[in-house]
Amino acid sequence: MQEGGINKMTGITAYGVYLPYYRLKRETIFKAMGWFNPGIAGQAKGEKAIANYDEDSLTMAVAAGMDCFTDISREKINTLYLASTTLPNKERGNASIACGALNLSPNTRVAEFSGCLKSGTTALITALNEPDSELTMITASDCRLGKAGGTQEQLSGDGAVAIAVGNEGVIASLVDHYSLSYDFADYRRMESDKFTRSWEERWIRDAGYFKIIPEAIKGLLTKCGLQINDITKVVYPPLSIRDHRDLAKRLGLKPDQVQPHLIESIGNTGSAHPLVMLIAALEEAQPGDKILVASFGSGSDALLFEVTEDIKKLKNRNKLKKNLDYKGELENYTKYLSFKGMLAKEIGIRGEELTPTSLSLAWREQNAVLRLVGSKCKVCGTPQYPSERICINPDCGAVDQMEDYSFSDKTGHLFTYTADNLTYSEDPPALYGIVDFEGGGRYWFDLTDCRLESLEVGQPVQMTFRRRYLDEVRSVAGYFWKVMPFKG
Amino acid sequence: MAEGIKNKVAIIGMGCTKFGEHWDRSAESLIVEAFEEAVADAGIEKKDIDAAWHSTCFDEVNVGKSAIPLAAALKLPYIPVTRVENFCASGTEAVRAASYAVASGACDIALALGVEKLKDIGYGGLPDFSQLRGIYNRQIFPNVTAPGQFAMMATRYFNRYGLSPEEGKRTLAKISAKSHANGALTPKAHLRKKVDVETIMNAPMIAWPLGLFDCCGVTEGAAAAIIVRADEAKAFRSDPVYVKALQIAVSPEEEYRYNKWDGTHVETTYRCGVRAYEEAGIKNPREEISMMEVHDCFSITELVIYEDLQISPRGRAKEDVDSGFYELDGPIPCQSDGGLKSFGHPIGASGIRMIYEEYKQLQGKCGERQIKNPRLGLTHNLGGFPANCVIGVSIWGNEL
Repeated sequence: MQEGGINKMTGITAYGVYLPYYRLKRETIFKAMGWFNPGIAGQAKGEKAIANYDEDSLTMAVAAGMDCFTDISREKINTLYLASTTLPNKERGNASIACGALNLSPNTRVAEFSGCLKSGTTALITALNEPDSELTMITASDCRLGKAGGTQEQLSGDGAVAIAVGNEGVIASLVDHYSLSYDFADYRRMESDKFTRSWEERWIRDAGYFKIIPEAIKGLLTKCGLQINDITKVVYPPLSIRDHRDLAKRLGLKPDQVQPHLIESIGNTGSAHPLVMLIAALEEAQPGDKILVASFGSGSDALLFEVTEDIKKLKNRNKLKKNLDYKGELENYTKYLSFKGMLAKEIGIRGEELTPTSLSLAWREQNAVLRLVGSKCKVCGTPQYPSERICINPDCGAVDQMEDYSFSDKTGHLFTYTADNLTYSEDPPALYGIVDFEGGGRYWFDLTDCRLESLEVGQPVQMTFRRRYLDEVRSVAGYFWKVMPFKG
Repeated sequence: MAEGIKNKVAIIGMGCTKFGEHWDRSAESLIVEAFEEAVADAGIEKKDIDAAWHSTCFDEVNVGKSAIPLAAALKLPYIPVTRVENFCASGTEAVRAASYAVASGACDIALALGVEKLKDIGYGGLPDFSQLRGIYNRQIFPNVTAPGQFAMMATRYFNRYGLSPEEGKRTLAKISAKSHANGALTPKAHLRKKVDVETIMNAPMIAWPLGLFDCCGVTEGAAAAIIVRADEAKAFRSDPVYVKALQIAVSPEEEYRYNKWDGTHVETTYRCGVRAYEEAGIKNPREEISMMEVHDCFSITELVIYEDLQISPRGRAKEDVDSGFYELDGPIPCQSDGGLKSFGHPIGASGIRMIYEEYKQLQGKCGERQIKNPRLGLTHNLGGFPANCVIGVSIWGNEL
């Protein structure tokens, strides 16, 4: 341990990943926009992960956080950090929404890290420097948007990770970290910007990417008294496929030291990306491996971890692999534009009708709306949602005998369903159905990340936190839980 | 059980407008037409009416809340007028309230009038459901439509009874084809065209597996009934129609949130039917009921109603559909006027429109769709959705 550092072994104790279901082939983008910008032909390889119309950085962060619960107990989390450059709310705590959706204690301290693409690693460093926190969860998530036909549209992808940091069951212990902060304005957005703007790509590469990342890595190695050859895997985000490869040469890395960049499969997921790649490294790592991760964005953070024996105890190590395999193609470029709010569609008068959201009600019913917590009758044991004063079981009917019961972590079976062409949906037909939960309880939910043709009565399903509507007139997003096919 | 309403009141006059898209007419205009027909039929005058009940549901978008629109449209002279709203059972509720008032002796002659004018919202289908059940549901319930809700029952029914989508849809199509054929014989119906089974099967999908012709239309209309005590009815006319049962049942939502409901029937219909048969003294409905006007908002709804009202055995309504049991010339004609399928469904008026058909059938006034010697006619309303609904069942007869 370095002087002034951490007394006990601190490090990563668990991780979670969330990649949205849809993939958009870059060839699809090129076919739609190549007439306008033939220059993107060279990038038209592979695919990128795309958030569904009902997802944003916040919902993806929650999904990644839930993915951690295989290995950690939510009751132990007392700090939650949310890192992203694309959080939906500017004034309304995104991290507090995530805290609720993850059904963490209201006693959790939360913070948001934003402003640049190194915010994910900065949140991680902050968590690692808090010996008082028993367990801190860091989530990093991004859905950055490039304008139609631009390079950023091709390169950026959507995704989220969660990393738990603590002192018990550490799978990768922190050796040390090193940070650089520069006003290197490669990519930028201001208050009113929907799309990422950039300066000339050659300048970003030569003056920034090739200089700042090596400087951070060198700074960290010097601090640790190590050479680059001592490192098992070096993780740094890509600018493009070629730039990532060229930087490996400049760093003097052997091919097996370079952690793959994932551009072809998911794109660059912004603040989340260095950590997505870190998780990819952890999935393959052996005890004793040294993994160095460096971010890039208004400077760089570099962190060095040493993998421990406990990594073998993780219940599910291959979470990124599972997410990479669980996917469906979004074949239609205009559908992508629509999902991203880039297409003015004729939504009709029915679609234009939007009932106001009652925020006082949402607060009063936060257990039901945000946490998907219902109740279980202490007399007859029937789980029920939402919680009411009188038990739903007709043979019981006990009054005020309810205790909280969480449904967000329960799986269920699809009791019945339909595909509704009449109701307004951003992705018609609207799929919804009734779910019978394992262990009891029945409720009605929208279905997402699936198609009518794939649905069957009785199929296993799980819960997912989504944005049910976006009321742009009144600046409020309505979040609730939907049902998706069982992903595990 | 209490004594019940059987044989305590009778209908002596009814009115019903033509149902349709009345782009050029107001709700008030429809109210006046239904009312004028009813008082003329009863042979009474406006001043004879002691109290009135006004049923509307969505019509807050048109006539507004309260009973004032009825009193104002008819210029009723400061009598008690009450608005009733209970989803699609609103019309039956108005008749029930009027009947109870007359039976109690609180008044002698009561009016029940329902109206709904739905086509001023700017889009097809019923108004958006997102605020129907309050702001809490808006947060935690899918933005369902009526076809979607009933479609889920079809999905489940097909699954439970092993019907392929093709078999299931064909059974439902026969129900719709039957009703369209009857509607073609009914001058006041909105849709008056026969539709064949293949057309119904191949129609555009509304909510899978229900297509366009599995759904009733959205329409506008008004209907009215004038009610007196049964023992006084013959003083008004020689052929009054007597009440045998008037029941409402409301779901406590067990079906919707408790794991017991099987999703292939409407429990509330079953419960309401049991009570109505008991009130009417009917032991074997399949043998005793002459005809039915039921709430065929969707073809699947009519299919399960056959079972819930204990006419067809559970899971075997398909056999009765295939044998023509419910056709106009079958043992129990269902929807002799074409039902909601042909009339459409102006919510507040529908329950009274159904009674209008049974009333006219029991009087033998239905022309080419007249049923032979009917004795007991049943109406059924379903307000809401299969898992949480208001059901109204009424039974009427032409003998005391």
